[in-house]
Amino acid sequence: MIRSVCVAGAGAIGSLFAAHLARVADVSVLTRRPEHARALQEHGLRVSGRSDFTSRPAAATDPDDLPEPELVILACKGTDLEPLAQRLAGHFPAATVMTVQNGLGAEEIVGAHGDWPLLSSVTFMSGTRHADEHVEYVLDTATWIGPYRGTTVDDARAVAELIVSSGLKAEAFDDLRPAQWSKLIFNATVNAVAALTGLSHDFHFAQTEEVSDLGHLVRDLVDEGKAVAAAAGVQLREDPWDMNVLATQRGHRHYPSMLEDVEAHRPTEVELITGALVRAGRRHAVPVPLHTALYRLVKAKEASYS
Amino acid sequence: MRVCIVGCGAVGSLFAANLARLDDVEVWAYDAAQAHVDAINADGLRLSGAGEVVGRLHATADAGELPPCDFGIVATKAMHTEAAIEATAHAFEDGCVATVQNGLGNEETLAAHVARVIRGTTFPAGKVLAPGHVQWDVRGDTTLGPFEPRPAPAAEIARLAEACTRGGMPTHAVADARGPQWRKVIFNSATNPVGALTGLTHGRVCERPDLRALVSGLVDEGKAVAAAQGIELDSDPEDLIDQAARPEVAYDHKASMLQDVEAHRSTEIDYLNGGIVRFGRELGVPTPLNQAIWALVKGVEQSWQR
Repeated sequence: MIRSVCVAGAGAIGSLFAAHLARVADVSVLTRRPEHARALQEHGLRVSGRSDFTSRPAAATDPDDLPEPELVILACKGTDLEPLAQRLAGHFPAATVMTVQNGLGAEEIVGAHGDWPLLSSVTFMSGTRHADEHVEYVLDTATWIGPYRGTTVDDARAVAELIVSSGLKAEAFDDLRPAQWSKLIFNATVNAVAALTGLSHDFHFAQTEEVSDLGHLVRDLVDEGKAVAAAAGVQLREDPWDMNVLATQRGHRHYPSMLEDVEAHRPTEVELITGALVRAGRRHAVPVPLHTALYRLVKAKEASYS
Repeated sequence: MRVCIVGCGAVGSLFAANLARLDDVEVWAYDAAQAHVDAINADGLRLSGAGEVVGRLHATADAGELPPCDFGIVATKAMHTEAAIEATAHAFEDGCVATVQNGLGNEETLAAHVARVIRGTTFPAGKVLAPGHVQWDVRGDTTLGPFEPRPAPAAEIARLAEACTRGGMPTHAVADARGPQWRKVIFNSATNPVGALTGLTHGRVCERPDLRALVSGLVDEGKAVAAAQGIELDSDPEDLIDQAARPEVAYDHKASMLQDVEAHRSTEIDYLNGGIVRFGRELGVPTPLNQAIWALVKGVEQSWQR
């Protein structure tokens, strides 16, 4: 059993991991802001929603101030991954590092900064961060884990078991790409459409009665993504259109992170998500005109902040 | 000659006030905004900016007050065409009705209510500053021609064009007015929604090569739909787009659709990109980018109801 974990980046996902895992392992949190680390040290980390407890992980802004962990979970936003990986360079040489970012390419970014064994993961759980020391656990869906570099499915299984024992859901896979690409196509479609329209992920995304209904665009975007996956030799685990329909029927409104980002005038993860899909399309000579259009529109929307 | 302007907003007011300068033209204006109507009846309709004009005319919000007219000039936003012509059609039993509105489909709507229809496209622009007072931003030409399925006689079209020109609104009567109409529709459909979705002014849309490529993709689809109908564009919409992007022309101009979106007002997207898609479907010409943009802007409108 893994006994020590460092969670680097404590947004909603990182906070959910840190608080839950602290119940079954020694957990430290690497934060970017000193006041964030101080709040965790002083008040602990409270979880509400589907769980209700407070954990007391260690916290610091400098990896040198944290104990050497067996596992590092990189849970920052994709846009913050490069600087975070730089800060970790040269630290925790014995640890296995797991990425949780949306999209594609997180593993390469991290792998360029150290020789750690790497695990890939995608997470479907969601939370709302109310304060540095308070996160609400909203969707209790699983995190899927697979080997990436210098790891095997047994390493993925050990992490999944640890996460499950902490009260969250997780599953290990021999090859994560079928799941990762399913989520990539889902995210590239739903996040970009939400960011451009201002719609939360609701029934409009599955509506196909009128020619102008958004469901047609969503389906066409999914089809472009499926063609790229096929050309890349990836067999999808789930049909992203079915994932879309299912999510819109859940009955509560999910605000995709890219929509929250554009509303707050923050940089989005469009580069790692839609950008990654567009580049993969180009690499495999599969035309992706609609994803290209949405990629350009979201990039331009980011440019409109200034 | 008696002319009724149907919808006396910015563009309608330019026609109404200028025509009212002519001794041989009696001008009526039908508009739903009572305060605007009252101000026009009390003090005349004032234009300032590109021309200083005060026109004396009869304004009413009650279509029942309209006398029989030789001509109607419909200048409402496209989504109000149906209600406006249904209310006023009785005044045009022996007359001809011209549209100077944006988009595609207005002529068809008019033809369902009146016998003689004039297809029109106008480039002058302005904005309503206060009841009875309109700023004239841009001078420009107007083109009038028959709506082929229910045409107005050529002599009548020439008579209206001559009066408009004499009043200070240069207007050409032509045998086929589809070229100017499609050039303007393609221009508006390729640029307005891109500004509306990204928040960028016309100049900033055009100076980003990635976004300019998207604009050209939309233009190309519109050109293909026009060509499939045998329409010869009177000039290349691309030139109009580049011309408008110049600093001294409209670099800082926020497209009217962006202004609509910022104010949470319905847009004319159904008659612009939606019109191109509808014609494309009838003619078997694919318009995937216009359909995507149409769905996205409809999604923006739907997001206000959340």
